[in-house]
Amino acid sequence: MAESPLTIHKNFSDIIQNKEKMERTAQALSRTSKTAENKLPVEPFGQTLAKHGLNLTRGNTTALQINVGLLCNQACRHCHLEAGPNSEEVMNRETVDQVVAFAQRFPFEIIDITGGAPEMNPNLVDMIERLSGMAPRLMLRSNLTALANGERDYLVEVCKERRVVIVASFPSLNEAQAESQRGRGVFQKSIDVLRKLNALGYGQPDSGLELNLVSNPTGAFLPSSQEQLEKRFCHVLKDKWGIVFNKLFSFANMPLGRFRRWLEQSGNLERYLQKLATSFNPCALEGLMCRSIVSVSWDGYVFDCDFNQAAGLYMGGKKTHISELQQLPEAGEPIAVSHHCYTCMAGAGFT
Amino acid sequence: MDTYYHPQDLPKFEEIGEEAPELAKKFFDYYAAVFVEGELTEREKALIALAVAHTVQCPYCIDAYSQTCLEKGSNLAEMTEAIHVATAIRGGSSLVHGVQMRNIAKKISL
Repeated sequence: MAESPLTIHKNFSDIIQNKEKMERTAQALSRTSKTAENKLPVEPFGQTLAKHGLNLTRGNTTALQINVGLLCNQACRHCHLEAGPNSEEVMNRETVDQVVAFAQRFPFEIIDITGGAPEMNPNLVDMIERLSGMAPRLMLRSNLTALANGERDYLVEVCKERRVVIVASFPSLNEAQAESQRGRGVFQKSIDVLRKLNALGYGQPDSGLELNLVSNPTGAFLPSSQEQLEKRFCHVLKDKWGIVFNKLFSFANMPLGRFRRWLEQSGNLERYLQKLATSFNPCALEGLMCRSIVSVSWDGYVFDCDFNQAAGLYMGGKKTHISELQQLPEAGEPIAVSHHCYTCMAGAGFT
Repeated sequence: MDTYYHPQDLPKFEEIGEEAPELAKKFFDYYAAVFVEGELTEREKALIALAVAHTVQCPYCIDAYSQTCLEKGSNLAEMTEAIHVATAIRGGSSLVHGVQMRNIAKKISL
């Protein structure tokens, strides 16, 4: 029987930070190693697509995702980007300017700011002010704790004023589960910040201030049905803490970065990959986000998605900087894939 | 060490249908229907299944429903409480038969 994900040690984040830098180099090498890929217990993702007569290509590009850096106040154990407090990988002013200039040139429907904890990038407020109005929907991904203790109240006010959609990580209604993924003390802080956002109008009916939650499983298992989980979160958060929100998204964890290392160390990798592969749902292909998104890394390079950033798979198979990108990728262009892509095709998919 | 139970056998469950496909189909259709959300949620049904799995002491079922409970959003405390429910009923069923023991003992005792 697989080891329970809850038997793992808590407070992992403090210990792993120092080890990570050394391990990251080794991991980057193993990611690209054909030998390592061949050892995996599932067939190559491209082969599975071919078996189903599917071809993963770009559709119309409607969204721009900006990763403003891997600096984060947390070091979540499921993080595919290995973000953490010691990271020096933060989008600088020059790259911000280049990304804003790029956003101005194309009519994106969605602009999605992510990290790390994007709140920790000193250029964030300026970026939000410049980007708002460029797309009907501007989103900020938050781990919630980066907004705790009143430290960034000004940022929250700017988000409110600019009608920025807040997409917050909130994996579980259970403190022990949430903190096994995200670190000690995170749960209560998250509850406090959600209440504060509610008090400002976020998540309240007819306020026009959208507050969405994201729940990732707290271990090597697949996520619950989004609809059922949303119903339960809605009920429990309201009853227990008086918290309201708009939508909940449940996404599977990516076998990349820190989460992959945990899968390896805990002996869960093989079974988890098999679980993802056996849950392959051909119908999920159509709505995959990699078909419609341009994902920019903290240093300005472009990818088909955030996960390909972690895997080092550049858009179009070529390392291209946002400042060099003259046009959006054309519909029909191929998308770089690897084993981690099984995650987005498992069950209901990852859109 | 070899054992009668192998985790890799669990995914082979449906092979049981090879010799009696019609019966297997009826069983698996019924099984799937049982776990669909009705008056009880899928999460609640998975917790019941976990408790029953411990009562029948089926390693396959314990493996499957430990994972399913987590996937349906349950936590370890809830899962542990579910097992205590099974334990209470199981233990209680022994203890309540003590009434029979007492009846018999009283009948034949002076």
